[in-house]
Amino acid sequence: MSEDAKVWARLAGLTPARIGLGRAGSGLPTREVLRFGLAHAQARDAVHAPMDADAIARAIAALGFATLRVASRAADRATYLRRPDLGRALAEEGRQALEQAAGDPIDLAIVVADGLSARAVHEGAAGFLAAFKPHADRAGWRLAPVVVATQARVALSDAVGSALKARAVAVLIGERPGLSSPDSLGIYLTFAPRPGRSDAERNCISNVRPAGLSHPLAAFKLDWLLTQAFARGLTGVSLKDESDAALAAAQEANMIDV
Amino acid sequence: MAYRHVVGPRSWAFADLAELMAKATPVRSGDRLAGLAAESAEEGSAARWCLADVPLREILAKPLIAYEDDDVTRLILDGHDAAAFAEIAHLTVGDFREFLLVATSETLARIAPGITPEMAAAVSKISRNQDLILIARKCRVVTRFRNTIGLPGTMAVRLQPNHPTDDPAGITAAILDGLSYGCGDAVIGINPASDSVAALGKLLHLLDAIIQRHAIPTQGCVLTHVTTTLEAMNRGLPVDLVFQSIAGTQGANAGFGVTLAILKEAHEAMLALKRGTVGDNGMYFETGQGSALSANAHHGIDQQTLEARAYAVARPFRPLLVNTVVGFIGPEYLYDGKEIIRAGLEDHFCGKLMGVPLGVDVCYTNHAEADQNDMDVLLTLLGAAGCTYVMGVPGADDVMLNYQSTSFHDSLYVREVLGLKRAPEFEAWLHALGMTDDHGTLLPAEPGSPLLADASGLAA
Repeated sequence: MSEDAKVWARLAGLTPARIGLGRAGSGLPTREVLRFGLAHAQARDAVHAPMDADAIARAIAALGFATLRVASRAADRATYLRRPDLGRALAEEGRQALEQAAGDPIDLAIVVADGLSARAVHEGAAGFLAAFKPHADRAGWRLAPVVVATQARVALSDAVGSALKARAVAVLIGERPGLSSPDSLGIYLTFAPRPGRSDAERNCISNVRPAGLSHPLAAFKLDWLLTQAFARGLTGVSLKDESDAALAAAQEANMIDV
Repeated sequence: MAYRHVVGPRSWAFADLAELMAKATPVRSGDRLAGLAAESAEEGSAARWCLADVPLREILAKPLIAYEDDDVTRLILDGHDAAAFAEIAHLTVGDFREFLLVATSETLARIAPGITPEMAAAVSKISRNQDLILIARKCRVVTRFRNTIGLPGTMAVRLQPNHPTDDPAGITAAILDGLSYGCGDAVIGINPASDSVAALGKLLHLLDAIIQRHAIPTQGCVLTHVTTTLEAMNRGLPVDLVFQSIAGTQGANAGFGVTLAILKEAHEAMLALKRGTVGDNGMYFETGQGSALSANAHHGIDQQTLEARAYAVARPFRPLLVNTVVGFIGPEYLYDGKEIIRAGLEDHFCGKLMGVPLGVDVCYTNHAEADQNDMDVLLTLLGAAGCTYVMGVPGADDVMLNYQSTSFHDSLYVREVLGLKRAPEFEAWLHALGMTDDHGTLLPAEPGSPLLADASGLAA
């Protein structure tokens, strides 16, 4: 390897961006064309692969959660992508199931939604819930059954949360896949959920994936945000995520190992 | 008054100009989502027949959003150049298309201040893609800050060295990579992950240092909210270009947290810094079809017409650069490669017709029905259309914003195929460094080039 090539190899280690690729005339080397093609294929598959809702529900049930299944009014993927409004609305069958399941008001409803990456849900939802469960148990929050939702947008959680009479709703949802991150899970928290809530009224924990934010860390953040939301009666832009400071303090006191 | 067009036994009616414009728009998912699109192919075609007969004078006289209700409408009408308009005032939309096909570059420059966004949008709706290319190619919009952008036969590139956590070493590595491919004449522009003024200050100093160390005839920009950039200017940080996302209605701009008054204040602060060396075009705006609908501020108007109105917001500030981020917003607004390609050509055409230096972020997200082949097509068409600039993203993969755009390599491709040059000052700089030959073609990297010397220090 020439000295210059060594420099570029070192530079490439400084950023996940695709630098130091080399060139064949004005084009990319064949290796890089194929590498890009594979990454795009994986991101496309993440968008279009259907969620295996049965398997997700089984994995969540094995953690000791009750589960429920709902769907949005977007009947298929093509409709889902064109009509965000339908992805935010509950299909009738699911709405009835939720109404039957609803009892006394509860603290937290959890929704697991395919969003734009079923892969993120397959690979991350149960793992996150396993990490979050001890937090919920410790806090003594009353939980509704975990709702597994297909062809769902973030705002579907408003309808779920209000049907289940939840003080807050957290939705774990597959994020829009990037070329280098087809497996990223986002968590959106909304206090006093009801249809019509705006995104400015939610808090988001994003990039939950093996190469991003770990499950224990994401669970700690959700615990912190929920505690604040219940104490202050709100979520959204007025609730700044200052969990990093709390985490540093907790680590100092050896209370959490992440 | 309703607009009517008869096709055989069927009479198509359109209640007002807004409905006519919307239904005449080549169909796209965003107008369908808003419930504005033509419901059949024949209805769309009838609307285009009908729109072709509408006089430009009538479009001027019937604002789509009322003067009292919207400051963008007021900006358009108060700033309208009646003298420039006089030359085309007698034309219908259909006549206007033919006028533009025949017009010289001088004529197009003369009438530009008389063209409202609604006129530009109307004529684009009845134009084929080839018309959008041919007419835009004749429009000359030249702007200057530390180099000259928009000269005939040139296309500039924004070097976009984003990093998911704004890591200075990672960003510097991507900048050196882009410069080594001869990119960065439009601007070296970073989208920061963090919004804080402190983070902004670090990035501004980083850009300023690289540009000064290598005496690069270009400008830097950190694409953060205009109020944050204003604060940075007040603190004496080295701000070259002032950036802001803008849209075509007052309500959509409010959704971006921006008003015309804030833009004016930022423009004046930028001028006072006098950091341009060959000109004072120091504003940089981004736009994109669908932003008004997304902000619930579309007033029942189609997304392409509203996009053209965003260029009317940009125009009085004499920007260096304006680009539509054409496929970024997602498939609910532009569904597939075909819709993205059409929208890219429309946006470029409308901007140029209005005298705005339009570039295009040729791009898509992974949930759109599009891929890099579609981007190759749009890039090639825009190169033919004389597009002011495109993006240069390492490997076309933006690892911060999670979308795909055009790469450093793509700029080499389009230069080789269409013979397009860089901004002349930047071209001369590359040549003086021994990086290009007499024709501006990139040479194989020489060991020990000054850029790589910089890199050695960084990576050691």
